[in-house]
Order: sequence, then structure tokens, then C-alpha cells
Amino acid sequence: MTDDKPDDPTPPDDGTFFEMSDRRLFLKQSLAVAGLTLTPFPFLKTAEPDSDETPVGNAEKVRFTLSVNGKKQQLSTDPRTTLLDLLREQLGLTGTKKGCDFGQCGACTVHVDGQRVLACLSFAVMQNGRKITTIEGLAKGDRLHPMQEAFIKHDGFQCGYCTPGQLMSAVSCIREGCANSEADIQEYMSGNLCRCGAYPNIVKAILDVKTGGQNA
Amino acid sequence: MKPFEYVRPSTLQEAIDLVVSNPKAQFIAGGTNLIDLMKHGIAAPEKLVDINHLPLKKIEKRDGFLRIGALVLNSEVASHKRVLDKHPLLVQALHAGASGQLRNMATVGGNLLQRTRCPYFYDRAFPCNKRVPGSGCGALGGINRMHAIFGVPVKPNPRSCIAVHPSDLSVALSALEATVWVLGPRGERQIPMADFHRLPNNRPEQDTTLSNGELITAVEIPDAVFPKHVHYLKVRDRASYAFALVSVAAALDIDQNRIKTARLAMGGVAHKPWRLFEAEKMLTGQVASETVFRQAAEVAMQGARAFEHNAYKLSVAPNVIVQALKIAAGLS
Ligand SMILES: Cc1cc2nc3c(=O)[nH]c(=O)nc-3n(C[C@H](O)[C@H](O)[C@H](O)COP(=O)(O)OP(=O)(O)OC[C@H]3O[C@@H](n4cnc5c(N)ncnc54)[C@H](O)[C@@H]3O)c2cc1C
Ligand code: SF4
Ligand code: FES
Ligand code: FES
Repeated sequence: MTDDKPDDPTPPDDGTFFEMSDRRLFLKQSLAVAGLTLTPFPFLKTAEPDSDETPVGNAEKVRFTLSVNGKKQQLSTDPRTTLLDLLREQLGLTGTKKGCDFGQCGACTVHVDGQRVLACLSFAVMQNGRKITTIEGLAKGDRLHPMQEAFIKHDGFQCGYCTPGQLMSAVSCIREGCANSEADIQEYMSGNLCRCGAYPNIVKAILDVKTGGQNA
Repeated sequence: MKPFEYVRPSTLQEAIDLVVSNPKAQFIAGGTNLIDLMKHGIAAPEKLVDINHLPLKKIEKRDGFLRIGALVLNSEVASHKRVLDKHPLLVQALHAGASGQLRNMATVGGNLLQRTRCPYFYDRAFPCNKRVPGSGCGALGGINRMHAIFGVPVKPNPRSCIAVHPSDLSVALSALEATVWVLGPRGERQIPMADFHRLPNNRPEQDTTLSNGELITAVEIPDAVFPKHVHYLKVRDRASYAFALVSVAAALDIDQNRIKTARLAMGGVAHKPWRLFEAEKMLTGQVASETVFRQAAEVAMQGARAFEHNAYKLSVAPNVIVQALKIAAGLS
């Protein structure tokens, strides 16, 4: 991963409505009010006391800090950038998948401060100061996480597109104490869809890790 | 998505002032509903006021009440010891909603204020009075199988709305007679759940009785007389991770088989959580039995009316009421 992040990220590719005219109009408006509304983004000072970053004063870019897979990152994005787009487009962590982009499939599941969440329904700036773990951070070097081993052993995937999200969610499911039976796993993993229908094997893999007493 | 300015106030007052002073500013909590709507171009705030760092994250025991801060996550409420002990109905309703990931993001305040899932509200190619007041209602002559059976006028009102409120938590909070605490430009006030969400009438764009800039600070639940005999039953298109077609929150205070108090609320049937006051009255003092529950369901369904595709709710709903009551009473 790199610290020389591009300074001018493309607008988030979220398939929605971004029109140049809106942007120009907005720029004009925000310039007009900038003099009145500064100092903007006071949160940066409180959340990051040792940071000597000067927050920028318009809606174009905000600076913030994240720890991603154990590495602290100083970032700067358009506030519209979702955590998912930040990870994939700006940090090159493409293991986290974009399935629906609307919170309906679970492909984008990552851990924030150890809890599973959907990266597509969160703006990256809102995560300032938090610890993010993506699928790239699950294995310890060359040693796969027990859940990854179990997915391989039980054939818990076919095309593999949903798999990073399934894995991140599965690890949380055990941590949350919600993997005590097949029925429990089906219920508490319901936020992760699999078009290939690998569900029975995913359930087996999770049960295996759970009953094997391996650390999730 | 329209560009916006992101601000993170450090006090409640600052947050409120930011929204009051700019009609195009909006609070954001978990973001799971608002970001979805922003991506669809339905919400387009110019300023996003991130309230996640405000001190509204506690669950506190008060005299006669449990107070849950507006920013407590759905998953935190559902795993809190006191809630598990005293308000299992709330836990059941929360677990019936959304997914593990979403419950880790969604806040109590945001859950109450999530907007309808009517597909025409989401699709900007269709008219929708809730999205664009006065434009018409796409669901009235469209596919309306998800839509309301209660609180809708006998003669269709072309300026109104037949959508339902999608929150499961709100249904349980209604049955538990919770109170919503809000702080706004004119100070603090408490709104009983029954008055928090509203029927659409001629202002379907207004889901609740909150006014601009009012911030939900907490919900308070009176200490329950019925931690034992409760059940939340949700019927949906798939077994999990889907919004309710019909749901029922049932809470009974039973003494030697006789019902001392009954509370019933339904979800998926109206523009607001639908309290079944008449059925509750009917049940009071009766000996719990399937026959009595069936009668209560009949009373509850009075005044229901269907549109082209949701007539099934007229027969599903009473069955869900009976089943929820039976499970709550331990008869099933
Ligand atoms: C795929 C999917 C499935 C779902 N299934 C279910 C389900 O089955 N049952 C269910 O109940 N829900 C379900 N949900 C909805 C989910 O529960 C809500 O999106 C969530 O509860 C909203 O909370 P939030 O904190 O993320 O709100 P946000 O998105 O941050 O905010 C929602 C609205 O509330 C306002 N707001 C937030 N907090 C406050 C406050 N304290 N004071 C004043 N205004 C405030 C915001 O301005 C915004 O208008 C589902 C969502 C998705 C995406
Ligand atoms: S039912 Fe309500 S939300 Fe749906 S299209 Fe009609 S007005 Fe809009
Ligand atoms: S991409 Fe986030 S839930 Fe589908
Ligand atoms: S393995 Fe193909 S979508 Fe799950």
C-alpha cells in the first residue's frame, strides 16, 4: 500500500447523478459562504490532536486519518467518497467487493474497530481515527486465517465474488457469539448473499471453525 | 451524488444550530438510510452534520424507565444485559431487522427516522407525493403489494401516500409505550411513540411530528410489567434480511392465565407503527386462549382495506396477530 495517494481522486464511481453544472454551482456557492463558515471541520483538531494538518476549507477535500490493516494512513478525499470506494480506488485494496453498493448484499463487509460493517453505506471521512480491517488484513502474512482455511476445506465458494465479505462476516459472526448452530449461522449470516448458492458449505465452514475452537 | 460540506459538531446545541440555520443541512448518524437515499439522488443535503461524536451513547437505568441514547447502535441495544432481561421484545424486534452488519451501524434515532421502502419513492422516474409533494402516487395504480391496509382513506386521495413505515424497532417501541426525547431550537420535549410517526394525509413528505432541527436524544421505555409474555413475529418474503410484509409486537401481563394488560402493535400495515388499541381493550380481563385471540384479531382488523395487490395482508395480518399472541402467552 502506498502513502503517495493520488491527490485528485476521480469522483466516487457510485453510479449516481453527478453533473458538472451542479458542481460548478456548488463551488460558487461554497466559495461565497466560505468566508462566513470557516473554521470548517473542527473535528480534525479534536480527533487528531497530534496532527499538524490544516484542514481544507471547502467541500472538495477533507483530510483525515485511518488505520487500515494496521497501517496508519493520512488521507484526503471528497467527502462523498464511501469507505468502499476509498479502499478500492484510492488505496488499491480491491479484495473488498462492490456488489450492490446499496447495503443489500454484504460483499463490501469490512471490520471497523473490530465490528463488521458495510463499507458501501459509510462515508470514509466519518471513520476518522478508526481501525479498518479488510480481507487483505485477515491472513497473518502467508498464514491464512482459520476461517479462510475452512472455506477452502469445505468449498465455501464458487465464483468467489461474495467470499471476502462472507469471510469478514463469518469471523464476526463467531465473535458475536451467533454461530452456535446451523440455524443461528443462517440467520446471522443473512446479510451476505451468494449468487452461486454456496450457503450450505459456508455454514459448514463456520461451524467447523466454531466447533474446532479455533480463534476467530 | 450532489457535493456536500461535511461538519462534525462537538455539542448538541451546535448540531441543532447547524441544521436550523440551513434548511438543506441534515444530521447523519449510522448513514445506512441517508447514504442510500443520497446515492439514489432522493436526499441531497448541502451540509452533512455528523452527530456520531455527540454524547448520546448511553443506556441508563432511571427511576421507572430505561433510557437509551439516540446514538446507541441497534446491535448494542440488542446485546445489553438490562435490555435482554427486561425488554426481550425489543431484542426480538431488533434481531428481526436488517443484518448483522447493518445493526452494527444503525442507531436508535436513525432507525425511527428511516424512510419508507416504497419502490416508487426510490425510483425517480415515477411520481411520488412523498418525494415530490403534489406529483401523484406511483403506488396507487402501480404494484402495491407492500403497501398499507390501515390509515388509508376509503376514497383514494391522489395527494396522499399509501406507503408503510419499515422500522421493526418502532413497532416494538410502540407496544412498549416508549417516549422519544428530542432537543430542538425551542428546547426539549417528549413525544409518545403513538404521536411520533404520523399518517400521511395531505403532507406525506412529513413522516413524523419532528420539526426542522429537532434532534432525537433518547428513547425512554417504562419498566415493563411484561418481560415474560412477549413476542415479535415478522412475516416477510424470505426468512431473514427483508422488510416486514406484516409484523406484530405482542406483550401480555398474565396472572394465572388471565390477561391483566395487553399491548399490540403492527408493522408493515400503515404509514406509522399501528397500535391495536381496540384489540388490547378487548383482551383485558380475558382468559388467554386461541378463541379470545382470534376475536381480538377480528376487532383489530376492523377498518382495514386493501389495494389491488395487497389483499393478502387482510388474511395474513389476523393470523400473525393470533400466532404472536399465542407464542407470547405460551400457548404455542
Ligand atoms: C438492506 C437493508 C435492509 C434493512 N432491513 C431493515 C429491517 O428489516 N428492519 C428495519 O427496521 N430496518 C431495516 N433497515 C433499515 C435500517 O435499520 C436503517 O437504515 C437504520 O436503522 C437507520 O439508522 P442510521 O443510524 O443508519 O440512520 P441514518 O441513515 O444516519 O439517518 C436516517 C435519518 O435519520 C436522521 N437522524 C439520524 N439520527 C438522528 C437523530 N438522533 N436526531 C434527528 N435525526 C436523526 C438523519 O438525518 C436521516 O434523515 C435496512 C436497511 C438496509 C440498507
Ligand atoms: S405510496 Fe407514498 S411513497 Fe409510495 S409512491 Fe405513493 S406517495 Fe410515494
Ligand atoms: S456492496 Fe455493500 S452491501 Fe452490497
Ligand atoms: S461464490 Fe459466487 S457469489 Fe458467492
